[in-house]
Amino acid sequence: MRKFSSGLLLSLVAVIAFTFVAVDAGAADTIKIGFNIPLTGDNPDVGASSKNAAEMYLKKNPKVTVGGKTYALKFFYDDNEYKAESAVKVSTKLITEEGVLGIIGPQSSSQAVPAGEVANNYATPMISPWSTNPNTTLNRPYVFRGCFLDPFQGPVIANFATDELGAKKAAVLYDIAADYPKGLAEFFKEAFEKIHGAGSVVAFESFTTGDKDFSAQMTNIMMTGADVLFVPQYYSEVPLIVRAAKEMGWTKPILGSDSWGGGDLMGLCGDDCKGYYFSTHYAAAGAKGATKTFIDEYTAAYGKTPDDVAALTWDSLGLMVQAIKDTGKLSGDIKADRTKVKDALASIKNFPGITGNMTFTPEGDPKKCAVVVKINDAGKFEFFKSVCPK
Amino acid sequence: MTVNFLMQNLINALQWGSFYALIALGYSMVYSILMLFNFAHGDIFMVGAYIGLGVSLGLLSLFGSGAAAVLPGWVVLVLTILISMFLTAFVGIIVERVGYRPLREAPRASAAITGLMIGIILETANILFLGGSRLKFPQLIESVTYNIGGVYVTNKKIMIVLVSIGLMLALHQLITRTKWGMAMRAMAYDYVVVPLVGVPMNTIAAMTFAIGSALAAAAGILFGLAYPVLDPYMGVSFGWKAFVAAILGGRGSIMGACIAGFMLGFIEIMTVPAIQIMNRLFSLNIGSNFRDLIAYSIVLLILIFRPHGLFGQAYSAKLRL
Repeated sequence: MRKFSSGLLLSLVAVIAFTFVAVDAGAADTIKIGFNIPLTGDNPDVGASSKNAAEMYLKKNPKVTVGGKTYALKFFYDDNEYKAESAVKVSTKLITEEGVLGIIGPQSSSQAVPAGEVANNYATPMISPWSTNPNTTLNRPYVFRGCFLDPFQGPVIANFATDELGAKKAAVLYDIAADYPKGLAEFFKEAFEKIHGAGSVVAFESFTTGDKDFSAQMTNIMMTGADVLFVPQYYSEVPLIVRAAKEMGWTKPILGSDSWGGGDLMGLCGDDCKGYYFSTHYAAAGAKGATKTFIDEYTAAYGKTPDDVAALTWDSLGLMVQAIKDTGKLSGDIKADRTKVKDALASIKNFPGITGNMTFTPEGDPKKCAVVVKINDAGKFEFFKSVCPK
Repeated sequence: MTVNFLMQNLINALQWGSFYALIALGYSMVYSILMLFNFAHGDIFMVGAYIGLGVSLGLLSLFGSGAAAVLPGWVVLVLTILISMFLTAFVGIIVERVGYRPLREAPRASAAITGLMIGIILETANILFLGGSRLKFPQLIESVTYNIGGVYVTNKKIMIVLVSIGLMLALHQLITRTKWGMAMRAMAYDYVVVPLVGVPMNTIAAMTFAIGSALAAAAGILFGLAYPVLDPYMGVSFGWKAFVAAILGGRGSIMGACIAGFMLGFIEIMTVPAIQIMNRLFSLNIGSNFRDLIAYSIVLLILIFRPHGLFGQAYSAKLRL
């Protein structure tokens, strides 16, 4: 027994020593990037998409040259279990134990908001690819994001309705009891009335979560003679609203937001939703150039079309690496280097991402174009137009 | 505000009211026989819709759909309604046998919460077996929209209202013209004495649940045609509102339940245009989400002035159908 445990102890010591040696040997010419992603828990698909995109990136770009010196990239994937408290622990561990230069993730706002606090306190640059909540980056100079925010999406749709559809009067139907639709409906109204004057949103009709019948609201909307209907709702309500609109004789365009892209919209809506538009982060169908290359390679490697999480993770990683290159030279002092990367990130201009060109605002939110997709006759979300902030 | 606008809302209200009326009937019938409300009834409506979904998908795979269809869509629809009503009737019988019969002599409160528990069991069983994601109800008949002088009506809307009224008339015939109906009316009149003269209490109770559940299944299928996204909790708030209709109609009154169901649909739908008219007249800014708050305040007012509902009896120890 005694002999056994001393043997165990010896081998443990050996392993630990070896690890330290390995880390030490590697520290000189590796750049470590941490991933704070949900590999288990309620939303493992999000974690899987993030990891797939990251591994594909690493395979294509195993080395980075900064100021004439070549470094090997090393990624750490840590599971936040789709929980806020785990996300905080993961970020702390990545920063204090693994000594990463920067962090990608968490993806969802519920984890990105608390984890962003940790990254900012430890002065470590973090990019959340997918979090749309303003609080993730608010007053946190070290925290950035890869996607647009809801206050931007509202104007995008208002501009699209104006320029592309020639709308002068708009109607909105939204769930007043849920934060996302309510916020977006108000941002749209503000933007549309800025273009067309007060009162140009002729109907601002609402309902509460769980309602199934929208015939009364649609009858009101029909009376106003609106040119376009904006529905910032989720896939479970959109089919019912679209049908209520058609039954009341609505033949004009209907516009949606990025929430249309989540869940099984086409399975529930079928032919009813074809021909309508919504704004989103990127469109897989009908993509061109670098975006198409990414989609083809991803599909070949993993057997499925990359979702917006994968595409945004790819771009966030690209931003991080670009910022590291932009520092000009890494000093080897991890704390000083983190601050240099943060400063480089903040000054990135027109980074060519597959989800659009990005420039960060002082808050760490990218100024980037949104994609408007059209639901085509085959029921696919087809790229229609890229709408940029004015 | 034109005539068209009012007509359009009236038609919408007729469809919406049909569902309340069909479901309220189930509450009312059970109350008249057993003197208790079956609070699982909203969830039986949900089960009926899901059974309808399964039956229609089965029929479509059997007889083909689209261009390869052997049977026209409306035949499949009629078959779906009939088969689902039959199957859901058994769900009602099982609920009565398992949940209510053992508790018939128990305190009222125990029997009342039975329904709540059965409701939760039905909802969670649905989530466990079907995964909880929303399902699309197949649209068995092609939707056609008619524009009658600026008022839009779909073939489905007309069908839903006609089928509902047809089912209500059939129920009326059953209760007034058949021996079983007479037994039900007798039981509703006095459930202590009538069993003594040989009317089988258990059979009548099971039959009442079966009929109420079959009507809920029909409502579920029609609901699926009008609002094709099914979810496991679709029966909860809808069931409560139909329960309001049953009380508003007068506890235990069949005709009251029907009329109150349509009335509730009317109040709910018409509140939205009424809000808009008020907003225009007095330049207010009230949202249409105030619908339920205003609609149910009106219902509360009606009950304050008519506490026994529209057709209820003042002293409800004895009731009639």
